[in-house]
Amino acid sequence: MDNVSFTVDEGEMFGFLGPNGAGKTTTMKMIQCISPKTGGELSVFGMDVNTHQREIKRLLGIVPQENNLDPDFTVYENLLVYARYFDIPRAVAEKKIDELLDFVQLGEKKGTTIVQLSGGMKRRLILARALINDPRLLILDEPTVGLDPQARHLIWDRLKKLRSQGNTIVLTTHYLEEAAQLCDRLVIMEQGKILVEGKPAELVLQHVGTDIVEAENSPEAIACLDGLGAKYEISGETIQVYTDSPQKITGALLEDCRLGQVTARRATLEDVFLKLTGRKLRD
Amino acid sequence: MSYFDIPKLTGSTWKVWLRNKDVFMKTYMVNFLPNFLQPLLYLFSLGFGVGNFINQIEGISYARFIAPALIAIAIMNSAFFECTFASFVRMYFQKTFDAIIATPLTIEEVITGELLWGATRSTINTVITLPVLAAFGLIEFPSSLLIIPFSFLAGFLFATIGMCFTAISPNIDSLNYPMFLFITPMFLFSGTFFPLSLLPVPIQYLATALLPLTHVVIIARSLTLASPHPLILLSFVWIILASVVFFLLSVNLMKKRLIV
Repeated sequence: MDNVSFTVDEGEMFGFLGPNGAGKTTTMKMIQCISPKTGGELSVFGMDVNTHQREIKRLLGIVPQENNLDPDFTVYENLLVYARYFDIPRAVAEKKIDELLDFVQLGEKKGTTIVQLSGGMKRRLILARALINDPRLLILDEPTVGLDPQARHLIWDRLKKLRSQGNTIVLTTHYLEEAAQLCDRLVIMEQGKILVEGKPAELVLQHVGTDIVEAENSPEAIACLDGLGAKYEISGETIQVYTDSPQKITGALLEDCRLGQVTARRATLEDVFLKLTGRKLRD
Repeated sequence: MSYFDIPKLTGSTWKVWLRNKDVFMKTYMVNFLPNFLQPLLYLFSLGFGVGNFINQIEGISYARFIAPALIAIAIMNSAFFECTFASFVRMYFQKTFDAIIATPLTIEEVITGELLWGATRSTINTVITLPVLAAFGLIEFPSSLLIIPFSFLAGFLFATIGMCFTAISPNIDSLNYPMFLFITPMFLFSGTFFPLSLLPVPIQYLATALLPLTHVVIIARSLTLASPHPLILLSFVWIILASVVFFLLSVNLMKKRLIV
């Protein structure tokens, strides 16, 4: 980690984006007081992560990247055993577990063992587990990775609900749509550094513009775009034109330059992400 | 971070113990039966089988001679298995430790809870084995009852040694090395099935200096025969000192492995 600086305000949903190996999970583990920091400052609710681990962890709810539900227990027992780690009295825990299982729509699965749950159910149960101690800060590391669209939307819906109830949420993801939908503010990281920080819509405007026009990569198209003075980028077989006036560019490409394949669409966070982090594969 | 830092523990350590106890109780019949059958099998094959050819050994029947060794072996096996293979599965495959350290508990408390549970497994096993041996009239009472609290201490020692191996094993298969290079020789050469005095003198010294099971057998035999061995106090001190050393070492090795 190198020169990473950020502040999350109470009540907001804050995102960490970046390709694999960018340092998102490392940042999360440092906030959780699991990976010790070797330099710099990191405080959670005003407490230093190296000296107040127990106090900080009491206030956090964690959804880790890897499922680590306890396979030796049922759905209900998983939450009950977890509540015990937080010193929650049994009667209080039992009431809370019923509420949480309803909240993540697993009320019918109380007695089911973990191996019998689908991927989406496991993620929902982990979300419920993370909420058992009424955390002041909820940390989600890739909350919807590997889920089908239905399961993903259900998680999004639950997270929005939590946010509207005033919870503070930090999440990492490489689903750009997820970040655009959920986050109030976000940072894009690469190789342990923060590249940009801001609100999703503002980042799109600032770095790409409102719209993108895509055309087939050909010398004629390039000549045409150079003639128009447009800002564009070539990626493989397509040219991407960043613009705030798509009608003008599309019209010019279709009529003046007589190009066949032209599409115009709204610019997204994905365009910002690819523009900033490049198109090279990460392993 | 050194290898012998003293861990800061709170009462939450017992919650890790409770978690393991809860899992154990879910399948207690499966857990009880082997522990009950194993001493019976040894007793019939060695005590009454091989023992048939042995008139007396150190003035007692062969079955009476090996009875305390069977308890000592049960103590060793249950704690060592629990804190090697079972702990490795929880740590590596089930990610149970990761899940627990996301709560107010620390990694030191998780490991200590595991060790205390390993020791408890030894005590459970002892409580199951004692009546079997008593039924055949092979152990003296009430001195043999002292083996129950002693089994927790001895079990704790084997738990800490096992946890050290777990901390340095890259994968679950490498845990087989301590099984056949450490546990099996101890099983055979710690004064278990024949007196230590039959071995060459230098080996006797080595067994006394290095093999924990030797000391556990000395104490267990003193208690089942109700006649204290001359080395009983030394053995007791040896077990306590070794427990402290391996406890500190196991917690710190695990910390190094899991905190990155």
